[in-house]
Amino acid sequence: MRSRKLTNLIALTISALCAAVGLFFLFFILFDVLRNGISSINWALFTQDPAPPFGDSAGGLRNAFVGQGILTLVAVIIGVPLGMLGGTFLAEYGRFSKVGRVVSVLSDIAVSMPSIVIGTFVYAILVKPLHTFNGWAGAAALAVIMLPVIIRTTEDMMRLVPWTLREAAFALGAPYHKVIIQIVYKAASRGIFTGILLAIARIAGETAPLLFTSFNNNFFSLDMTEPMPSLTVTIYQYAASPYDSWVQMAWAAAFVITFFILILNIAGRLWIKR
Amino acid sequence: MDKALITVKDLNFFYGKHHALKNINMSVQKNKITSLIGPSGCGKTTLLRCFNRMHDLYPNNRYEGEIVMNGANILAPEADTIELRSSMGMVFQKPTPFPMSIADNIAYGPRLKGVKNKAILAEKVERALRQAALWDEVKDRLNSSANSLSGGQQQRLVIARALAVDPAVILFDEPTSALDPISTTKIEELMVELQDDVTILIVTHNMQQAARISNYTAFMYLGEIIEMDETNTIFTRPKVKMTEDYVMGRFG
Repeated sequence: MRSRKLTNLIALTISALCAAVGLFFLFFILFDVLRNGISSINWALFTQDPAPPFGDSAGGLRNAFVGQGILTLVAVIIGVPLGMLGGTFLAEYGRFSKVGRVVSVLSDIAVSMPSIVIGTFVYAILVKPLHTFNGWAGAAALAVIMLPVIIRTTEDMMRLVPWTLREAAFALGAPYHKVIIQIVYKAASRGIFTGILLAIARIAGETAPLLFTSFNNNFFSLDMTEPMPSLTVTIYQYAASPYDSWVQMAWAAAFVITFFILILNIAGRLWIKR
Repeated sequence: MDKALITVKDLNFFYGKHHALKNINMSVQKNKITSLIGPSGCGKTTLLRCFNRMHDLYPNNRYEGEIVMNGANILAPEADTIELRSSMGMVFQKPTPFPMSIADNIAYGPRLKGVKNKAILAEKVERALRQAALWDEVKDRLNSSANSLSGGQQQRLVIARALAVDPAVILFDEPTSALDPISTTKIEELMVELQDDVTILIVTHNMQQAARISNYTAFMYLGEIIEMDETNTIFTRPKVKMTEDYVMGRFG
């Protein structure tokens, strides 16, 4: 009796310690980003483009914020409908087919595919043939990264909708596509929406796949056929630069993007619980 | 004299290789309640789901034989299942409210049939809810979610939803087995009242329920109909020994 309680106590202590170590580093990073980043947040950061490191004004990162927004938005526009349709196929039309099962397992694997691999893949098909880094390639790489995440959540959430609910709609004479759109999507909407939010959070922090695709741009650009500025690559380049003012801006950008993703995650999780 | 609305002729049904229904011959009388009773796994739900071809939704299911309604074989490959299902309501064991408002649930069937006029839809909603004895309980909250109703109310909502398309038949698959006694009584009373408008087929585990509400009863065992007759006869002087043993509670 005593030895079982002792074992329990030891296991509890070790797991609590491990959790504490994990949490410590999480809060350490968040706190560090907050401490260093918040002092560099100012209006100019969002309204001005980068200035040379030795000028009077440090400039801002307007180009990177806008570029990141465009890249993410285009990725969402490509990735969300494709992913939802793919997930719908797996959960509904393809649920008895071998192809469906294979694709389902493959997308499970693709969820954990290193993003740099996806970046090089997109480089090979959308950058190399065009001889220039471009915004479309960056958005495509991000879309490919979010695709399996959305396929999987859509499939899982739709499978959670009880079959009798579909049968009830079929029994009223509804054709399959109406059953899916009017009943299943509605019943699964909260879960699917959460999955989309988490997928956006996932791609918003990606750097590696953008390095080979949209690259970066120190100037404001809305042209998707040209190299496109992004926050993450800017952070990567500025943080490694020898100029204090650029390092400070990298901190500020890191602060903004970290808390954006944090809020997206929290919102997604709260939405699930509601 | 009762009039047969549906006639089942030599129906066999297979789940893949499993021969689930064997040589079923029966008729369903118009505006009467017919119950299917029998021990678990005897095929009563399988039989019920043949009438609106629910089995078509899953692969490797196969029908042989005929189910004739209004002169046409509804099992024929060219029969329109959408048309068939919109004339045949179905109520399941667990309530199946759609994730939408009470009014939208009822209007779902009419909308599928192309009714768009708001006044007509509102009238259909009210009539169906009154028919299902739910109107007084929900008339002030037609736009709130159907999930906010109690289990018994949800089941009556589902019945109202089925009624809203003026079906010829409603199939009930153990409609009260997930409900409390008071809700069960309400649903039973409702089914008896509805006979004037629709023909009812009900699968039930509860023999007292079959005895209380149905006009005809079929006793099934291992995929076959052992005996079918007027409910009174089945429960008081059945011809087959096995039927007697089952209704007396000696096996099952």
